[in-house]
Amino acid sequence: MHEISLCESIREMLEDQAIEQRFERVRRIWLEIGPFSCVEPDALRFGFDAVMRGSLAEGADLEIVSAPGAAKCLNCGATVRVADRFALCPQCGHAALQVTAGDELRICKLEVV
Amino acid sequence: MCGTCGCTEGEQRIDARAQGEGTSRMIEVHLDIMAKNDRYAAANRLHLEEIGVLALNMVSSPGSGKTTLLVETIAALGPSAASVIEGDQQTRRDADRIRATGARAVQINTGKGCHLDAHIVGHALRDLAPDRDSVVFIENVGNLVCPAGFDLGEAHKVVVLSVTEGEDKPLKYPDMFAAADLALISKTDLLPHLDVDMDAVVANALRINPALDILPVSARSGAGMDGWIDWIRAARSRVALGRPIDTAAE
Repeated sequence: MHEISLCESIREMLEDQAIEQRFERVRRIWLEIGPFSCVEPDALRFGFDAVMRGSLAEGADLEIVSAPGAAKCLNCGATVRVADRFALCPQCGHAALQVTAGDELRICKLEVV
Repeated sequence: MCGTCGCTEGEQRIDARAQGEGTSRMIEVHLDIMAKNDRYAAANRLHLEEIGVLALNMVSSPGSGKTTLLVETIAALGPSAASVIEGDQQTRRDADRIRATGARAVQINTGKGCHLDAHIVGHALRDLAPDRDSVVFIENVGNLVCPAGFDLGEAHKVVVLSVTEGEDKPLKYPDMFAAADLALISKTDLLPHLDVDMDAVVANALRINPALDILPVSARSGAGMDGWIDWIRAARSRVALGRPIDTAAE
């Protein structure tokens, strides 16, 4: 359940942003999560509600946006879209895929008042 | 609707008041949630490079034999050449076992925490004050899931997988095998008593991470320990030469 500590980081970042961008409360937050970010979205939602209680984002809606994963095939050299770490290359069927994108874990948009 | 002129202005005001808020606005941001941990990790990495210390982040399930492996590794390297940061939810037992070898150890108890983060490791590194050109082993909390996502500033993650855990562990817990540069397959002295297929263990680990180094070891019999010690010495000499650490596999 490292998702709890990630939610604590999110709360701290929102508190910093509230000062910087001058807002009082967060109504909605959009998180971009890649398939290789080591995050379980359900665990993050569970932790989010608990951790935001009593903060400027209490009761805020959490919108999770999936980022695509990409990998380079070490056999045929193609750059392909992948959703899991043991995917085969869709071009040549080889298993030697090196993941190149998909570890995103970031706040991309806020609805604030 | 307003009964006098038909406007809807009053409704909007009432609606806004009912929510207890003013008008909301949207803010586009690009805030990396791991940024704080990554800043601490970068500071740890810089500090380790400055003092010429190789840090290895040892990760595995509970019970893979990490501490026994470290005790035998310290015996081979010499107790003055290595020190250990021990991470466990509770107890000082692992640090006590390391100190019995003559090497220095700092114990971190994470309480309910399931992983070490770069901030707590930074404090432990300053408490430990490792000698120049030595090796620091960071024995992470036994957990094959959460520690995969946290950079501690180490040169390499080393995943330990014991032969009793089965061939399919790399497929079931892929993130850790993807994050590691070396997999140690431990407790190989037990192989005569098991049906585990070592070729399948290796094939599954390489399927997740084609760049992974894999070494079978037994801390009990000593088999394979030379290969592991050679791997550590090669990694330490790269740090000593101040070469940038190859993170392409991460």
